[in-house]
Amino acid sequence: MTTLEALHLRKNYDIRGTGLRNKVLKAVDDVSIVVRPGESVALVGESGSGKSTIAKMLIRLVEPTAGDITLDGEAIGKGRRATKQYRSRVQMVFQDPFSSLNPSLPIRHQLARPLRIHGIVKNRAEEERELRRLLDSVNLGPADAMLAKYPHELSGGQRQRIAIARALAPRPEVLIADEPVSMLDVSIRLEILQLLDDLKKERNLAVLYITHDLATARHFSSQIVVMRNGRVVERGGSSEVILNPVHPYTQLLVRAAPDPKSEPFVVDPERYLDAPHVLVTESDPGPSADGAHWARSWEGDAAVTALLGTLTPA
Amino acid sequence: MTDTAASSASPLLSIRDLTVDYQTASPVRAVNAVSLDIHPGEIVGLAGESGCGKSTLAYTITRLLQAPAEITGGSIEWQREDGGSTDILTLDGPALRAFRWQEISMVFQGAMNALNPVHRIGSQIEDVFIDHKTGLSKKQRRERAAELLQTVGIPADRLRSYPHELSGGMRQRVMIAMALALRPRLIIMDEPTTALDVVVQRNILEEINRLRHEFGFAVLFITHDLGLLLEISDRVGVMLSGRLVEQDTPDVLLENPSHEYTRHLLRSFPSLRGDVPLTGTRYIDREEEITA
Repeated sequence: MTTLEALHLRKNYDIRGTGLRNKVLKAVDDVSIVVRPGESVALVGESGSGKSTIAKMLIRLVEPTAGDITLDGEAIGKGRRATKQYRSRVQMVFQDPFSSLNPSLPIRHQLARPLRIHGIVKNRAEEERELRRLLDSVNLGPADAMLAKYPHELSGGQRQRIAIARALAPRPEVLIADEPVSMLDVSIRLEILQLLDDLKKERNLAVLYITHDLATARHFSSQIVVMRNGRVVERGGSSEVILNPVHPYTQLLVRAAPDPKSEPFVVDPERYLDAPHVLVTESDPGPSADGAHWARSWEGDAAVTALLGTLTPA
Repeated sequence: MTDTAASSASPLLSIRDLTVDYQTASPVRAVNAVSLDIHPGEIVGLAGESGCGKSTLAYTITRLLQAPAEITGGSIEWQREDGGSTDILTLDGPALRAFRWQEISMVFQGAMNALNPVHRIGSQIEDVFIDHKTGLSKKQRRERAAELLQTVGIPADRLRSYPHELSGGMRQRVMIAMALALRPRLIIMDEPTTALDVVVQRNILEEINRLRHEFGFAVLFITHDLGLLLEISDRVGVMLSGRLVEQDTPDVLLENPSHEYTRHLLRSFPSLRGDVPLTGTRYIDREEEITA
């Protein structure tokens, strides 16, 4: 199966507007991510940290300013044909199942389209069989009734299952899930995440799970990458990152997340001093071109200082 | 965040056997014989999934319900400042208008979109004073608006901003500022932090907690995030299809929930740092058992 590697990705946006001429917003600034088959990597960070820009670059909706995306070491060509071929191997589940499905078309259409576009089925009978198989893989049934329904007739959880089924239709090897459960009720989130997890194991998918929920990031992925302001501030094995966060920003996230079942987390901005050699997993490509390490120096970072200043003692 | 002073006095708001129906083609009982007390200065959390009736309950308390919703039973007693009590459900006309916002205000769900995009923040806050406190001069209104913004941690020069110029967290703070405008004794917050990320959410929650100690108002905090409620509330109620199935302090709910649905909700969010085994696939069946 396939390993998705994205090395030294950068995305700059030119900002135009009064008084902002010639400014460049570094939405993503030298981020590398490796997702292996059967593994899921969680990308966490606040709104505006660049998580979704990375997802868009990985699904090729946005052209990176610099950096390489490879599948099993093969570079991806440019142009429509190459993009289509790429997307038959890499698929995405979007955040909002209420707007990612076309409201004027039945479920049958939403699922059959990717099957036809990517040439998965050759005739009607095959299509019918494949549609049922897809619905079955996301535990939705009965198939006939479901296929005839329109998105508004489904609950949020059901819609997200359809969105997942649609992403699975081209039989991808890599799945990018951009906040797949944040629009859903707490009581059905785990169900959907469990489904993604089962599918990952069944199909040996490589999953990039983008979220701002640390708890599910920890429990549903083997690695966590924490982003802030377009940069990776910390990464490592998921329990390691949550239980022993080193970067003050990661600590702040852990402190801020509701966790009534544990004692309050105590932020220690000095913790990095005790951990000069923080675990860098093997997928980390090492220091970037300018020699800066993954956990960038945060001393003098006004934003981090301000954030830590806002904390009331626990 | 427990407040011992809260439990002693008589309740600020006392809901008894409240029942609300939606009189549609197939009538739905959205709130079913709910009884709930809110004491002065207390944070009461209300948890439950979409469609369980939490928001309907909030709208009933503020009398914002519109047809086809109909209050079919029960009472909501409000303790006035002079010690007497008023049945909110009997208020109408000018009395209701004076009551709303003055006594109970509300931070609406999706407050990010609750601000008017074509008016400046300042004039939207001042509207509250124009409508409810006619005595103030233009200058006084402006001063009060500036003061309110500062109370929630936004610099006063933001009065001239339009909503789109503020971040989600700041818009939320503006909504809270507006709710505070007339010093109400109860603020109903309907999913106030759902669309925000964790750090901003934590800041807002700490802000709310600070403000309620400063002004002494009670909060009815509605969200589907039980984990969050357990951390911030003095008491938590759990709603399931219109009924309040359980209410108790967070400690009791965490240690010893008595209703199956509460246990189910507690299982449905993994603990961040604890090692709670996940039961993601199995609980579909359980849910069906419960709702059946």
